[in-house]
Amino acid sequence: MTVLDVLYFAWVRERVGAPRERVETAAKDVAALIAELRARSDGHEAAFADTAALRVAIDQELAEFDAPLAGAREVAFFPPMTGG
Amino acid sequence: MDVRVQAEPFDPGTEAAAFTAAQGARAGAVVTFTGMVRDAEGRLDRMEIEHYPGMTERAIAAIVAQAAERWHLLDALVIHRHGALRPGAPIMMVATAAAHRAEAFAAAEFLMDYLKSRAPFWKKEVTAAGAAWVAAKADDEDALRRW
Repeated sequence: MTVLDVLYFAWVRERVGAPRERVETAAKDVAALIAELRARSDGHEAAFADTAALRVAIDQELAEFDAPLAGAREVAFFPPMTGG
Repeated sequence: MDVRVQAEPFDPGTEAAAFTAAQGARAGAVVTFTGMVRDAEGRLDRMEIEHYPGMTERAIAAIVAQAAERWHLLDALVIHRHGALRPGAPIMMVATAAAHRAEAFAAAEFLMDYLKSRAPFWKKEVTAAGAAWVAAKADDEDALRRW
């Protein structure tokens, strides 16, 4: 098991109901982590219902959903970015 | 190269003057762009901008480094605000300095296109009727393909 800081932004944060949480997990990749997170609450389920609408960053670098979590410390989930 | 992510307002004119003066005689061209909070229908109370502290600075620095290498930039400046902003307020600013104008213009456009969809900011529009997150546009992704 590893301990991850999981961060949420924008409407993902609002649906989950918290900006971050510490998660103990054995998930090998992002997709497996999402499957675990979804089961945490109705809010998590709502946040992760449509993963096509989500982006993920591992240790502050954009990543894919099949990216491995080995060595990761911080994983963030958020909608497509709208800066500028 | 200067990247600033801040809650405080900034004055685009002051920043443009300082950036230009700092180039001395090296640069033949300086391009500046300012993005503002737009309220075309007059119903916006404020724009709330959330960001990912840490990743924001890293992502912008990486985008600037890419632009600097590709267009031989002499200098670049990116300022991006977060927090609650009123209609008409400057949200962000980009300045580029290069030997010739084509490089300065292209680099500024590249920076804008990448800041829009690769820097971790999220905009929420707040009106009297409620609040809504601004959705990313397919155009924003398309804009990256031309580079």
